[in-house]
Amino acid sequence: MNWYAIKAIYLSELHRSWRTPLQSIASPVLSTSLYFIVFGSAIGSAMTEIGGVSYGAFIIPGLIMLMVLTESTSNASFGIYMPKWSGAIYEVLSAPVSAFEIVVGYVGAAATKSIILAMLILLTAKLFVDYSILHPLWMMLFLVLTCVTFSMLGFILGVVADGFEKLQVIPLMVVTPLAFLGGTFYSISMLPEFWQKVTLFNPVVYLVSGFRWSFYGTADVSMTLSLVMISTFLIMFMLFIWWIFKTGYKVKV
Amino acid sequence: MENHIIDVRNLSKKYPSGFHALKQVNLQIKRGEIFALLGPNGAGKTTLISIICGLVNVDEGQVVVGGYDVVKQYRQARKQIGLVPQELAIDVFAFVWNTMVFSRGVFGKPRDDAYLEEILKALSLWDKRHAKIQFLSGGMKRRVLIAKALAHEPEVLFLDEPTAGVDVELRRDMWRLVEKLRQRGTTIILTTHYIEEAEEIADRIGIINHGEILLVENKQDLMKKLGRKQLILQLQHPITQLPDELNGFVLQLGENGKTLTYDYVDNQPTNHVTEVLAAIHRSGIELSDVQTKQSTLEQIFVSLVEDAR
Repeated sequence: MNWYAIKAIYLSELHRSWRTPLQSIASPVLSTSLYFIVFGSAIGSAMTEIGGVSYGAFIIPGLIMLMVLTESTSNASFGIYMPKWSGAIYEVLSAPVSAFEIVVGYVGAAATKSIILAMLILLTAKLFVDYSILHPLWMMLFLVLTCVTFSMLGFILGVVADGFEKLQVIPLMVVTPLAFLGGTFYSISMLPEFWQKVTLFNPVVYLVSGFRWSFYGTADVSMTLSLVMISTFLIMFMLFIWWIFKTGYKVKV
Repeated sequence: MENHIIDVRNLSKKYPSGFHALKQVNLQIKRGEIFALLGPNGAGKTTLISIICGLVNVDEGQVVVGGYDVVKQYRQARKQIGLVPQELAIDVFAFVWNTMVFSRGVFGKPRDDAYLEEILKALSLWDKRHAKIQFLSGGMKRRVLIAKALAHEPEVLFLDEPTAGVDVELRRDMWRLVEKLRQRGTTIILTTHYIEEAEEIADRIGIINHGEILLVENKQDLMKKLGRKQLILQLQHPITQLPDELNGFVLQLGENGKTLTYDYVDNQPTNHVTEVLAAIHRSGIELSDVQTKQSTLEQIFVSLVEDAR
């Protein structure tokens, strides 16, 4: 195992984020805080409790998930797409590193950044809403799994994309709508019965539900099912990345 | 320790577009030499380098670097290679020092600030170590690429068109560094369009065209074998036609009637310089000056590539 290479990729990717603190850190924290102010404090005060949890507290896990999903995908995709676009990828591809080490470096850094952001948002939320975390270890497990899984998705998008526009299509046109419709702002039990069934096809529902369970002990779907779903995505994306490196698809000719 | 640091055997590459970039290429690079690979655009130079460095997949054949197969033992093989690409392919938002630390790490070497400092100083980059690459000139960016390629102390350094579009100062710095690296025992393989550079610094020359190696020779041998010479005679008095004594020799009379030129190949039986000079003496032509000119590597290269067409 080339540990020096993993460390080099990982640290260089983290440096990249710290080079633009406003865009990488302040912006997602600020925009999520705006949701807390608008939906949590302003509108939330007029809403009834959901499952015994105040509306402001109810949306915290969902908002964190929303931010983590979009940040993980866009950050990881950008991380690998930029060197591909500039040609600087030649260095990593000609280095004595395995595909596994490359992925650990890039995906690890993107996931770390998302986890740090999630922690910052949790701290910021304390300023607006009172909340507690019932199962902190499960919360961390769900958070880490989600960050890693969606950083992998981002990595795949970055490898496959052949333009800046395509890089943004999945995070903006797929991940964000699914996150909004995945129970971020509501419990799916509040939907009409037909839409409750439809919404079960939205993979984000399982992520938000499991994550929310770790906070308040209540969930739209069972915690085990959530865990199975997130693990399934993780394995799916891992296999896809393995295939990319095995075939050299969009990486080597 | 084997004599050849790079051993390319029957290497072929066909791109998905159908372009046959390399056809059964065989090439051995000696440890510690400076090897210049010459060839027109699209000849296969970059494909060959890219395969050796692991950037392009092998279709057929084998490449061994320092005794290690570049596919099966890619880690050991790649550790020995440093590559300076043709394009200015670099993360322009990174800082010079950070990018150096990255390069060394990604090639599996523990951090060594003293060594990185030495490289940066050798390339006149030390003052720019805290600069963002974006704000460096094109020549400076190329220096950074060279520094990055050397960051992990490679045994073999590939310079793909290193002096394309760089100023005289950088070129001088670079050749000074190449000389220093050679003294340390680093093998250097360069492709260049500036053939006079190859002529000046290379030990051996390889010429590639249409994916085939046309020849590999010691520079001196190549110049001797294929180098044409010209004997130029300045006449004291202009003549309008060649005197009878010079019949039988292929001589060109200059337009002003004051120069005679004789083409010959050194050390060849067709070399009749003595006979030409004796015939001129017999004809009574008086000379004011005698010059010889040797054809450059560039002329040799052009004639070889044209012959192969």
